[in-house]
Amino acid sequence: MDLENQARIKDLYDKYGNEELIVVLGGAEPEASGLAAETVATGDPTFAGPLSGVSLGLKAYHIFELKDEIPADVYEEQVGMMEMVLDVDEIVNEVKTYRK
Amino acid sequence: MNYPVVKGAAYALVQANSMLLHQGSTQITERLKNEQSEHLKALPEHLRSFEDAVCYPPNQAYIGNITPDQLKEIPHPWYENPIAGASRDGKYGEIMPEDEFFGLMKMVDSFDLVVLEESFQAAVKEKLQSHPILKDIKEITKLDSTAHSADEIQKLVAEHNAQPLYFAGKLVGCVKKAHEFDEALSSEVMLGNLANKASAVLVLKQLLAKTGLNPEQVDYIIECSEEACGDMNQRGGGNFAKAIGEICGCINATGSDTRSFCAGPAHALVEAAALVQSGIYSNVVVLGGGCTAKLGMNSRDHVKKGMPALEDMLGAFAVHIGENDGVNPVIRTDAIGRHKIGSGASPQAVMTAIVTDPLDKIGYKITDIDRYAPELQNPEITEPAGAGNVPMANFKMISALAVKRGDIQKADLMKAVDSFGMPGFAPTQGHIPSGVPFIGHARDMILEGKIERAMIIGKGSLFLGRLTNLFDGVSMIMEKNSGVVATDTGFDQEQLRKMIAEAMREFAKSFRE
Repeated sequence: MDLENQARIKDLYDKYGNEELIVVLGGAEPEASGLAAETVATGDPTFAGPLSGVSLGLKAYHIFELKDEIPADVYEEQVGMMEMVLDVDEIVNEVKTYRK
Repeated sequence: MNYPVVKGAAYALVQANSMLLHQGSTQITERLKNEQSEHLKALPEHLRSFEDAVCYPPNQAYIGNITPDQLKEIPHPWYENPIAGASRDGKYGEIMPEDEFFGLMKMVDSFDLVVLEESFQAAVKEKLQSHPILKDIKEITKLDSTAHSADEIQKLVAEHNAQPLYFAGKLVGCVKKAHEFDEALSSEVMLGNLANKASAVLVLKQLLAKTGLNPEQVDYIIECSEEACGDMNQRGGGNFAKAIGEICGCINATGSDTRSFCAGPAHALVEAAALVQSGIYSNVVVLGGGCTAKLGMNSRDHVKKGMPALEDMLGAFAVHIGENDGVNPVIRTDAIGRHKIGSGASPQAVMTAIVTDPLDKIGYKITDIDRYAPELQNPEITEPAGAGNVPMANFKMISALAVKRGDIQKADLMKAVDSFGMPGFAPTQGHIPSGVPFIGHARDMILEGKIERAMIIGKGSLFLGRLTNLFDGVSMIMEKNSGVVATDTGFDQEQLRKMIAEAMREFAKSFRE
């Protein structure tokens, strides 16, 4: 996960805690999405960024999982094409793993 | 209308294992954090030989010895399926080993910053003197003098922050800093810029040799890599283009540098097309050299997965855009795709702006384009790093857009991908994969009548510069030449026809009133 994004998420965590904060992912790959979810939950597994060894316990959701929360026309315009293209189930399963 | 044409394209690769280890940004960062890191210890074991790099199928596709369609037939992993007997010389250019490249870096270095060890310099001089296209560069005489002893080089590296150059495990040279305090002229920056310049010189020489373009005929050079050349008062001052043209004998050319991350080459091609079509210049060369920082960028993942460090290649390309000759493929300047500032950032918005908006302008469907060339990163490099198969993702997005527009049925989504796609074969050098590696192949396929048209797509991640969250993208269509060259009669016949029709309509209207 991008080091700058790790720092930004850490700042937000410091400000708001993990009760009222979730992370929404837009990754195109199951592995990269899972890695991002893992990073914000238990720490950066690559030990490269500010979240190395830092367990924020944040829950991450892929945008595909939040379809019902978004107005249908907006979802269609913003995500519709990618939903047709990407392996939605695999990505969602991978991201879910880190919320358990 | 007289569209500009693509008169030729050249491609070059440089294997750069030493620079991967010592100047690749991933390794630099790793070294800063922990000089004894496991990655740094394991990485040398994963470096390839020059022969392996030459026989690597995507590299052969890049220099034009096999087509992307032939590459598609070679099973993965490509690094375990080398092309036996492959040559470093290609239809569009060549693959150069690092020792010769260090010699070339010294040849193109105007400020005596590249220092080579005496016996190494003598050996590379001999090689470069027999190089078919580099031997006539007059700066080859730089290899006659100012060689240093191994001890002197060791001292420059240890005490003066010079960047080390290794070959076959030995310290054979270094690049010195160009200023005592200026970070824009540090040894690291200078090495990157000189490697960029040298690889661009190599590819421009290849373009001149392969296409017969006389260097004195070149009017303008647009350089579109991702490096910045300048000093602390103007860090991106420029000008790579003129520095490169100078070495290659383009005495009548001027030039400038164009930047837009990985989309730079696509912008540069559009600018070149415009300059030619407007008549300002007749022959414009768009080129870009390689990027040392990106060498071994994903090597951590490659090492972890037991693969060779495949990001050991500096990439370079050069394209000649000229006036309509009635033969070469035209650039449809009436259908340039662009991601506008207001286009939006969703993948759908980006692809619509770059792909379908320009098609709509000239009444084409997505399926009217025979081949799309978006970011052509070699998937064997990106997949182990979790970045997926980038060209495949782009082809699927284009196909999904075609479904949404009703150009194809949803069931045919993958069939369309198979028909207009191709495997990625470019090294992950930022600006290099973005569409341009296919221009040489596309030109040949159009000239041979295998396809009618191709779309070249450049995309860039502007947010990396932390000035905007915007994305970028530009596209252009290469199309078979109709063979008709409009004569310059001072007016546009089509325009005149429209004007007469308009006048007659007005005249008829006045009768009715």
